Amino acid sequence: MSIYHFLIAPFADYGFLRRALVACIALGIGSGPIGVLLMLRRMSLVGDAMSHAVLPGAAIGFLIAGSLSLPAMGLGGLIAGLSVALLSGLVSRTTPLREDASFASFYLASLALGVLIVSARGSNIDLLHVLFGTILAIDATALYFIGAITSFTVLVLAIIYRPLVIECFDPGFLRAIGGHGSRYHFLFLFLVVLNLVAGFQALGTLMAVGLMMLPAAVAQLWARTLPAMILIAAGTATISGFIGLVISFHLGFASGPTIILTASLIYVVSLAFSPVAAAGGLFPRSHLTG
Amino acid sequence: MTTGVIQLRDVSIAYERHPAVHHLDGAFAPGSMTAVAGPNGAGKSTLLKALVGEISLATGIIDRGALVPTDIGYLPQAAEIDRRFPLTVGETVLMGAWRQAGAFGAISARSVSDARRALGAVGLSDFERRSIASLSAGQFQRVLFARLLLQDAKVILLDEPFTAIDARTTRDLLKIVQGWHREGRTVIAVLHDFEQVRAHFPQTLLLAREPIAWGPTASTMTSANLQRAQEMAEQWDENATICSMQAGRAA
Repeated sequence: MSIYHFLIAPFADYGFLRRALVACIALGIGSGPIGVLLMLRRMSLVGDAMSHAVLPGAAIGFLIAGSLSLPAMGLGGLIAGLSVALLSGLVSRTTPLREDASFASFYLASLALGVLIVSARGSNIDLLHVLFGTILAIDATALYFIGAITSFTVLVLAIIYRPLVIECFDPGFLRAIGGHGSRYHFLFLFLVVLNLVAGFQALGTLMAVGLMMLPAAVAQLWARTLPAMILIAAGTATISGFIGLVISFHLGFASGPTIILTASLIYVVSLAFSPVAAAGGLFPRSHLTG
Repeated sequence: MTTGVIQLRDVSIAYERHPAVHHLDGAFAPGSMTAVAGPNGAGKSTLLKALVGEISLATGIIDRGALVPTDIGYLPQAAEIDRRFPLTVGETVLMGAWRQAGAFGAISARSVSDARRALGAVGLSDFERRSIASLSAGQFQRVLFARLLLQDAKVILLDEPFTAIDARTTRDLLKIVQGWHREGRTVIAVLHDFEQVRAHFPQTLLLAREPIAWGPTASTMTSANLQRAQEMAEQWDENATICSMQAGRAA
């Protein structure tokens, strides 16, 4: 089989794969940078919690629309995710509970509620679709929806880049100069939820966060500056999407998990060969003279 | 009201209703240079956080007069900042240009050259492209001082600026603090080293939750006062009753 047949022909022959590829590229460009910033804020697990928290909203949207309608499920997921984010933020600001602890409590409740709703009203197949995604079902509407979210994400990140980065690095400084840090914090959480919602038709609610955190981890291993990390994360997510789709097509695997496993593989390879990991000792190299 | 005075009236700050700072009255005059000294747990850092408005007061008010947030430069304790964050030295210093550039404005060429000069002043010329992760604790503290220089603030608050910093860096940075004092800026620094306080700071606020003494360093840092501060700090009453001063005022 030639390289053309292996890498390009599937996309040339099948419209649904082309749409899936465009969706993956868009998701990668949006989720990569978000993941880097989440990780730098030491909120990796908050992203995970959020991806579970959107489930009841998505489930209700799924039941009302009667099918895997991304706008309906997206709206429901957005409302559920934002409610959990706001409630957790409120709890961590008014009680001694840290933000991760309050997130954990709310997302567990939210996840249980979501599974309850889907299992009470839908079949097991429906539940699997919501949890793991069905990339074959991405239609033009879903594609516009994902594209709009990615464009919005990149635009907003570009605008609030400076205060957001300062808020991550030195929140005390931003507070002292009257920089309204919590405003950017919540705007950022809004972007996190939006990108998870965009990801869940392709990858499912449980794995959408994988396209955020794994590329971000890879980026931290290879780059030292924030812009480089953001580019590497977006690139890694996009390439994982492409390779994952190719493999899942040829081997008949489920696309969502294959994409995330591809990203995991890139992460493992980076652990072994990136300059940061090499300095850390897996494959030590000699030091320089100066 | 004179601009630049920071007036404290009956300031109390509490954690879980236990006071960390208790009924503090007084004022930081414009251009004054004050050390905030006292034993561990005396509420020194808490007071500084309240001065920048980071935590709210249990009682009383802090009157900052005409000072706006960008007039105040604040150096938090070193442990509060993640030094592995992927920023360069230059980017970190340029945060000090917030007053000119704000959240969205362009960084002017003048800010860039000022930042370069500030880095030179702290002895880190040509460091602007280095990542902060590659710096030592002392070098990083110099970077934060460069950021303060760029902020050009009227009031400068330093929280334990020389803790875990080598002697040479401490000496260099103390010179910068003295420079701020000469330029007429108000300097308030939390310090542990009593020798440093006596040698360099004209005014001292000796704090042990309650103010022990506040005035010229020679008359506040007496051994009797220090002894009292130590004794006060060791009292922490789990079953403390409601403060009678406050109850009296409420009645």
